[in-house]
Amino acid sequence: MSHHIVEAKNLRHVYPDGMIAIKDVSFRITHGESVAIIGANGAGKSTLLQHLNGCLIATAGQVRIGDTLLTKSTLPDIRRTVGMVFQYPDDQLFMPTVFEDVAFGPLNLGLSGEEVDRRVAEALERVGAGHLQAKPPYHLSGGEKKRVAIATVLAMSPDILVMDEPTSGLDPFARRQLMYLLQEFQHTKIFTSHDLDMVMELCERTIILHEGAIMADGPTGEIFRNEALLTACRLEKPFSMQGCPLCRKRADTKKP
Amino acid sequence: MISINAAVIDLKRLDLLANGDSPIHILDARAKVLVTFVFIISVVSFDRYELARLLPFFIFPIVMIALSGLPPIYIVQKISLISPLVLMVGLFNPVFDRTVMYQIGHLGISGGWVSLLSLFIRSLLTVGAAFILVGTTGFTAVCQALERLGIPQIFAVQLLFLHRYIFALADEISSSSRARELRSCGKKGLGVASFGSLAGHLLLRTWQRAEHIHTAMLARGFIGRFYVQRQSRFAASELLFMLGWCIIFIALHSFDISDILGGLVTGIFP
Ligand SMILES: Nc1ncnc2c1ncn2[C@@H]1O[C@H](COP(=O)(O)OP(=O)(O)O)[C@@H](O)[C@H]1O
Ligand SMILES: [Mg+2]
Repeated sequence: MSHHIVEAKNLRHVYPDGMIAIKDVSFRITHGESVAIIGANGAGKSTLLQHLNGCLIATAGQVRIGDTLLTKSTLPDIRRTVGMVFQYPDDQLFMPTVFEDVAFGPLNLGLSGEEVDRRVAEALERVGAGHLQAKPPYHLSGGEKKRVAIATVLAMSPDILVMDEPTSGLDPFARRQLMYLLQEFQHTKIFTSHDLDMVMELCERTIILHEGAIMADGPTGEIFRNEALLTACRLEKPFSMQGCPLCRKRADTKKP
Repeated sequence: MISINAAVIDLKRLDLLANGDSPIHILDARAKVLVTFVFIISVVSFDRYELARLLPFFIFPIVMIALSGLPPIYIVQKISLISPLVLMVGLFNPVFDRTVMYQIGHLGISGGWVSLLSLFIRSLLTVGAAFILVGTTGFTAVCQALERLGIPQIFAVQLLFLHRYIFALADEISSSSRARELRSCGKKGLGVASFGSLAGHLLLRTWQRAEHIHTAMLARGFIGRFYVQRQSRFAASELLFMLGWCIIFIALHSFDISDILGGLVTGIFP
């Protein structure tokens, strides 16, 4: 299924104020891959992701989803294929109730009433937010909003899942639940995260973005062992690779 | 500023009320939009000094609230929010229009006061009808109905965005002013200068916020077409609802009901 390939070629994005957020980024992600894009704050991760479904239009370069080049005319198709969870759920939830918000996507796909009901119930169940469906989104806590935002995308059953910091603001249980959910999702998935332990568990491949450029692209384990690279990009090893913090502290204090 | 926040959250409740399932709620949105439209036209098209003949029109909001189960106190509170605005608009009527219209003992009531009161009643009626429409239908469904009634799609979509924009603006106002309040360390504020920059900042933030929401809508397949969950057709009940109300409005507009009723009573009991 070549449909689930995501390819960026010499992507560059300059914001209207002159800020070059992305400079010459190229990668190719094939079907079923699970890829993490990591980098410090302001590295350009969100900017990059928003190019993948045409929320931002590249200053130069191109994006290809499957065999389709992203252009104005292919945009509706591409948006159906690529499901995007934004970094800030407040920007994503806009209907009066959670139910209506999750139903918004499926209704736009032209699905019928019963099918919509089924999809909404299923999507909310998968993120553990079934009990929230009658509530207005603005009454939810941050983590609940995040889960509903994820449900809005799942309800459209996208072929490619793109998420901007999906676990930020979630409690440990919800984080674990989301990780199971991502593991279950068989298609291509791409997400950014500062949760490097999750990246270790879920992604075989990692791309490091630093000041708008790709610094490394390869197997996750290999990248996390390269301490010099991580430090240069203002990153740290995942906690699970740092050993027990208490022991390390003792070792540190023993040093002359 | 806390109160602005509360007022807006409260306004959002209007959209929630639209999820009810009373006999009014389940009517096709187009019927309700048309009836509300005819109601507003008949109320607005009276002479500017009209008082008595406006009063029978209160039957529409009263019956609609009773049938739909909207909380009456809530609706009255929301309508009262706009009364300062109306008073501001009509403030100069009594100043410019001093011809005496009614004489009560020694007190002459000028045309200005009468027209101010008339304006006030009219705004209560029309704003109330609009709230009831949204509260029994939901804003998206109203926009969809407008489009299906022949309003160009672009206007209907603009209306929908305006509605979202107001909420985004209110959210931004409340969070910015809270941040400002907290950092002004209990002083009454930081003066006019900080308000100026706050306002500019607000505008930009709201703009950006609205843009983000628009992006999110596009990302979920929005192509300028409305879909609502409630499926409805224009059936006999809609026709009955429309005919009934329109006949009542036209009758109330063309004939002086209180006069006729009075005539009947005096005819029966001479
Ligand atoms: N709308 C915008 N206008 C100008 N600059 C922006 C805009 N959005 C983001 N930036 C800048 O672009 C850079 C990358 O931002 P972003 O992609 O959000 O980073 P992150 O990796 O933290 O998600 C940052 O330096 C940010 O300040
Ligand atoms: Mg970001």
